[in-house]
Amino acid sequence: MAIEAKPSVQVSRARQHGRHVSDRFMSVFIHVNAFLVVLSVVLIFAFLIKESIPFFQKRSLSSFLFGSNWYPLEPTEAFGALPLIAGTLLTTAIAVLFALPFGVSCAVFMSELAPSRLKNTLKSTVEILAGIPSVVIGFIGMSVLAPILQERLHLMTGLTAFTGGLLLGFMALPTIISIAEDALHAVPQDYRRASLALGGTRLQTVWKTTVPAASRGIIAALMLGIGRAIGETMTVLMVTGNAANIPTKLLAPIADNSLFQSIRTLTATIAAEMGETAQYSLHYHSLFALGVVLFVITLVVNSIADLALNRGRRAS
Amino acid sequence: MSERASLLKSSRSPAFRLWENVQYVLLASSALAVVLPILAVAWILFQKGAPALSLEFITKPPMRFMKAGGIMPPLVGTLYLLAGTFLFALPLGVFGAVYITEYGRQGRFTRILRLAIVNLAGVPSVVYGLFGLGFFVLFIGGGIDRIFFAKQLPQPTYGTGALIWAALTLALLILPVVITASEEALLSVPDSFRQASLALGCTRWQTVRNVVLPSALPGILTGMILGLSRAAGETAPILLTGASFFLPALPKTVNSPFMALPYHLYIISTQVPDIPERIPWGTALVLLILVLGMNGIASLFRARARAGRKW
Repeated sequence: MAIEAKPSVQVSRARQHGRHVSDRFMSVFIHVNAFLVVLSVVLIFAFLIKESIPFFQKRSLSSFLFGSNWYPLEPTEAFGALPLIAGTLLTTAIAVLFALPFGVSCAVFMSELAPSRLKNTLKSTVEILAGIPSVVIGFIGMSVLAPILQERLHLMTGLTAFTGGLLLGFMALPTIISIAEDALHAVPQDYRRASLALGGTRLQTVWKTTVPAASRGIIAALMLGIGRAIGETMTVLMVTGNAANIPTKLLAPIADNSLFQSIRTLTATIAAEMGETAQYSLHYHSLFALGVVLFVITLVVNSIADLALNRGRRAS
Repeated sequence: MSERASLLKSSRSPAFRLWENVQYVLLASSALAVVLPILAVAWILFQKGAPALSLEFITKPPMRFMKAGGIMPPLVGTLYLLAGTFLFALPLGVFGAVYITEYGRQGRFTRILRLAIVNLAGVPSVVYGLFGLGFFVLFIGGGIDRIFFAKQLPQPTYGTGALIWAALTLALLILPVVITASEEALLSVPDSFRQASLALGCTRWQTVRNVVLPSALPGILTGMILGLSRAAGETAPILLTGASFFLPALPKTVNSPFMALPYHLYIISTQVPDIPERIPWGTALVLLILVLGMNGIASLFRARARAGRKW
């Protein structure tokens, strides 16, 4: 049946005009919407800084960053954030020490060696870990892990930097594994074939060709895992003991070692003390100052990750 | 023996082969070392939390200072919270993605928007809590109080922890997830669809509304569910914007404080002495089932959407 040549659909002028009006309206609405999203980020950043300024008007930056006493209550009102920064760095370092080798090895296994059904099972399991809420992990940490560590290592308490670092590493694993696995997957198959053609074994290919080729992505994975560990709040709040000490004795035997003593992180401090501050008091503003420090550290780490990812893409 | 032959021979020596196998075993065991704790966590949660699970647990409020009863108010509070988060995150997220794929495309503002999204994703959750408290609760809520409810001051009406402020904070938190998933869904709609619609005389918005969005809807919903499951498990952002430990009644208005599952778990495990073990474990298990259940639904949804696609 021949398609009859119909004249274009007669749309009334009124309906045409209505369509144009609503199209314009929606276009404006969508542009405003996009603007709001950008505005939110700017707002968060700006507000954080704005609310921390009243603190820096009353206390110097160096006394804040390098002061070794965090005791915001009267009459001392000391706001030295060094123990908190040290606590964050220590737990993050422990986390990375655990998560990096296991995470990259697991990613290498999943990407290069595992048969595909096993790989998919592993992937699903790791994704389950990614979905577990941090408060649940913190709860299990304090109910199960801490008592075990306390008993086995004869500690005063199981709520230590080590416990926190261990759990943080566990939580950072999905991030590291999935990004490293993506990076390995992105290495062109030709690289592997060339290596095999030249007589390399599967594992030689992995370590000498594939992994170096994916190194930028693996560094990005590491950085993002670090960012995740630094920003984690509830787990460390429940598991590190929340004592604002500066960890100094890292090489001492276990009973004395700072690794096995309670520390406090930036995130836990903000979360724990925010509910107790008087509105707009110096303490209130000091917590925003802590937030700025946290934000800056996270920003730096994420920027390094971003650089690593994008430089890599441009180079290849 | 030629040099090449001897090289080949040495690279296949028994010691070498052994080393290769050892490496394989080490890598496999690192994968096992990752998987075992995950399974252990799930197993211990079920073992210790299952005794608490019952219809009563989910439908009754806590009694006798949290040492008996159930978790109904925190569960309901979390559901209300998720509803509010959905309400705020959906338009902001979907239309943000629509801007990127349909209206902005290669523009300079699109790059700024992408940068904003990446930065939003990098903000730690406790900083969201700080922002929620300082900006939403104190600044905006306090402002509303001063303008509309000055007579009730110093008793706050909106200038205190409330469902609406917590929902807004969580919506911002999950915005990157929603926008990224929506963008992916919108990009997967073939351009030919859009071109056909435009060729038939539709305006851009008509094309988006009637052709692109319906096709992208499954992907968008998947992203939304994943975002909501993340929001359900977050504690730090709601800590300071409205989550309460004990309220005599369920929240009735948007400016009410509320109880929430993750916060409830945190408090009963750290601040309530002598609580029967099954209650916090049961709470943790319910929270886990809620979050993983939502993730599972999202995955199923994604798989069915991909299968049912007509292109």
